[in-house]
Amino acid sequence: MLLSPYATLLDRVRVFALLAFCGVVLAFLVLPIFVPVPLSVNAEAFFTFPLAGFSWRWYDEVLNSTQWREAIWHSLVIAIGATLLSTTLGTLAAVGLNSPRLPARRAILAILMAPLVVPVVITAVGAYLFYARLGLASTFTGIILAHAGVGSPFVVVTVSASLTHFDDALFRAALICGARPLTAFRRVMLPLILPGVLSGAAFAFVGSFDELVISMFLASAQQRTLPMQMYVGLREHLSPAITAAATLMMSLSIVLLIVADRLRSRR
Amino acid sequence: MKPIMTIAAAALAAALLATLPAAADEITITSAGGAWQQAQHSAWYQPFADKMGIKFNEEESTDGPARVQAMQQAHNVTLDLVTVESAGAIQFCDSGVLVRLDYSKIADRGSFLPGAAQDCSVGLDVYGNVLAYDTSVTKDGPTSVLALFDTKRWPGKRALRKVANANLEWALMADGVPPDQVYKVLATPAGVDRAFAKLDTIKGDIIWWTAGAQPPQLLASHEVVMTTAWNGRIQNPIDKEKKPFQIAWDNQIVEYDMVAIPKGAPHIDLAYKYLAYISQPENNGRLGQFIPYGPVVPAAAKFVPAETLAKLPTAPEHLKLYLVVNVEFWGDHGEALGKRFNAWLAK
Amino acid sequence: MTETAAARDPTLAAAVRRATRGQRLAAAGLVAPLVLLLVCSLCLPIASLLGRAFYDPTMADGLPRTAAALAVDTGATVPGDAAFAALGADLAADLKDDTVFRVAQYLNTILPGSRSHVLRAARGARADAPYTRESLLAADPFWGEPDTWFIIRSGVKPFTSTYLLAAIDLQWLPTGGIGPVPPGQGIYRLIFLRTFLIAAAVTAITLVLGFPLAWLLATLPGTVASRLIMLVLLPFWTSILVRTAAWTVLLQKFGLLNDLLLWLGVTSGRMEFMYNRTGLLIAMTHIQLPFTLLPIYSVMRTIDPSQMRAAYSLGARPVSAFLRVYLPQVMPGVMGGCLLTFILCLGYFITPALVGGTADQLISNFISDYINVDLNWPMAASLSFILLGATLTLSLLFARLVGGGRVRIF
Repeated sequence: MLLSPYATLLDRVRVFALLAFCGVVLAFLVLPIFVPVPLSVNAEAFFTFPLAGFSWRWYDEVLNSTQWREAIWHSLVIAIGATLLSTTLGTLAAVGLNSPRLPARRAILAILMAPLVVPVVITAVGAYLFYARLGLASTFTGIILAHAGVGSPFVVVTVSASLTHFDDALFRAALICGARPLTAFRRVMLPLILPGVLSGAAFAFVGSFDELVISMFLASAQQRTLPMQMYVGLREHLSPAITAAATLMMSLSIVLLIVADRLRSRR
Repeated sequence: MKPIMTIAAAALAAALLATLPAAADEITITSAGGAWQQAQHSAWYQPFADKMGIKFNEEESTDGPARVQAMQQAHNVTLDLVTVESAGAIQFCDSGVLVRLDYSKIADRGSFLPGAAQDCSVGLDVYGNVLAYDTSVTKDGPTSVLALFDTKRWPGKRALRKVANANLEWALMADGVPPDQVYKVLATPAGVDRAFAKLDTIKGDIIWWTAGAQPPQLLASHEVVMTTAWNGRIQNPIDKEKKPFQIAWDNQIVEYDMVAIPKGAPHIDLAYKYLAYISQPENNGRLGQFIPYGPVVPAAAKFVPAETLAKLPTAPEHLKLYLVVNVEFWGDHGEALGKRFNAWLAK
Repeated sequence: MTETAAARDPTLAAAVRRATRGQRLAAAGLVAPLVLLLVCSLCLPIASLLGRAFYDPTMADGLPRTAAALAVDTGATVPGDAAFAALGADLAADLKDDTVFRVAQYLNTILPGSRSHVLRAARGARADAPYTRESLLAADPFWGEPDTWFIIRSGVKPFTSTYLLAAIDLQWLPTGGIGPVPPGQGIYRLIFLRTFLIAAAVTAITLVLGFPLAWLLATLPGTVASRLIMLVLLPFWTSILVRTAAWTVLLQKFGLLNDLLLWLGVTSGRMEFMYNRTGLLIAMTHIQLPFTLLPIYSVMRTIDPSQMRAAYSLGARPVSAFLRVYLPQVMPGVMGGCLLTFILCLGYFITPALVGGTADQLISNFISDYINVDLNWPMAASLSFILLGATLTLSLLFARLVGGGRVRIF
């Protein structure tokens, strides 16, 4: 593919240079992510190489201290809540968008895609000031609502993508055969678009689980999330416990990435 | 989606929310993080929470009072206690951010060291602003903080805290002002210019730190040859991590850490109980078990562990040459000097 | 087909509309819940934030009597006794319900040092002997300054363009008209420029690094490419905080990058990478590279490699085949990827805060500081207004160039 059958020496050099360049770029992308892994088992209390010795003490701190455990738990609750909400509403919206009869399509699309482009600080500050007036600031409900809003475009995009492969005739056929619309959706459409729904959900989950800026403005100590705990760790504590948490979060990302990839290849 | 699934999802969401700790009796503090907060946690937060049967929430923030102000403006105060530096104590009291304390609910005002019982804040501990270095990097290390300004003898990067207080005092002392004259000189425009001119001489060699946990990290990573620090943040890695760090005590600036109640605090009664708790001598001295900071209640001295006494900023051999921070001076001039300092930084 | 027929026949059009009304309602009903969520969690909050750029009731709420007195006071600068008496009453009332600090803070932001004057006047105000012009001026000449009253006069009007002007380094002059702020005070143009330049630099670097890799991924056989794509997606799925923590470890003075460079003999001493522009650019490039690369890759995949072979067999040299056949077709992907990265860079907040130095803070960091530290919310709102305007304009451009939903992000 890379080389034509009549490749000259110069062509070979060019291709080699390209491969080398791409190898370096891939290394730049991937290697830094694994840097926290060795530090997370460092026996010393500082971020420095070479390692002073092997120890699980930082994992012990992350998994056994109340602060870290609460933070992980809060993040899970918020991410699951936001994922459920954004996946349900996002899937419905994608089905609606799929209909050629939808009125005001452009305006609706603009609103649905807005969370992708609005700088997150503006979303966060706006939500903070607005929710404070409604009594929703510093509540799980408020954070879940805000996260669900920000995560929903990913669901809409992935579900819309799987709907392009869905033949509307199937749905109409089900209706003609006497199925009620909800049954037709559940029995005919949902199984076919499920990979899209699930990978959208995976994206929404990761987005919320990693989200920091909105949480920083909306959450108080009672709702402190894992990214907030890490941010504080990076800014105020500088404890290698961060590298242990980073390793755990990265492992989760890898698992979810593989799951989403499997789902996508099934589509 | 299947109606059953929708209901199940809603039920799951509700169950998740329900399993969160009930917000019955709890109290939330924001403090400056790091080893100091861990020490407070062990000495005070946990025992107090156990004694009262409540939950103690912690936040870390180096600008706690500003955070409180933002919460007040948003009508969403979630903090019950905030630690403040003595340099900011009066300023934030005057700005209406903090509750004016009713000492009848805390302790006899006369039982504290002079200046430790302010209108809006109570002293927690006594600490020293000192200089620290890594003996494996800086051989022939200095004995005085003023070595900061001697870039000939000790070349290389030095880390200073990104605030006006302490740095301006040191600059004047390095410029030859005797400690007892420092605040008199700094109250004049010429004195301020003189302090900034002295800081100018090392500006290019400064790395600024903001969080108290940074100085030990900067030393451990050999990023700087010396750094200003709060003494406990250096002593802890020496004792617990066996780090070859050394503290230069001469010209240290001795200061109180304070704690205050923000106006609008949701659990003000508990907050008062906490202030009363930490002001009792046996409790006030307990912090010394975890970090070498001294008590603000003289009667607490006998509760400080003997091996800690020698590490305190108030140990006799550390008080050969020192300055006590002038809280009133910073109350009056803090804002103006802070502005000037930020403008100087941006240049 | 129906549409064109309907366009020709109005009665048919009406019939079609009636027949499809149920479908339209169903579609709208399906979309409505999410639209509602986004209106509540995004649109209304942003609208109320942006509203603060024009509306600041601090002074009008804090000094209602003074506002009324000034409304009838026709003097150009320092007003008469009535306004002074009203000011005394207002400040005394504010002191009682603890809001005088807001007024003091407002004046202090514009006229540094005025906080103490306001507080002193508030504490000295007495109910039995209201201030007159003479008594207050005798106590504190600050209240005789035209500047003081100029700010109060403009402050008590809640609708204001002051902050929006300040966000682009302009101000209303006491003499009337708009002019630049005093030299040394205007920083926002610089910050916007810095934000745009950093965004542009990151975009350019990601394009240079990403384009060849995208081409390779699009050219390699499917199985190899999909394994490599996973490597590109891994950082994309990894928390920004994890990556920032990693860069902190790598870039510090005694970190791995410096070790590597020394070992390779590239540098002779240890370089500063953290807390400066270099570190920020490296970390931002790392985070943004997949965003630039993936849209390019998804367009490249649709291009039939036989086109290039055809160009070669027709005698085109590789460079000219690339420039004249390949590049024009991948341009939408290139533009899309670059624009996406540029837009996202404009809103960067966490990375500059953790990796950048004091001179590398971007506009989002200032917005956050104005909310949390300086407590100047109208200023935060004004900066948000301009940032959002720039972002939305570029997004529309993006939508026009690439069209929505065509970008493969995972």
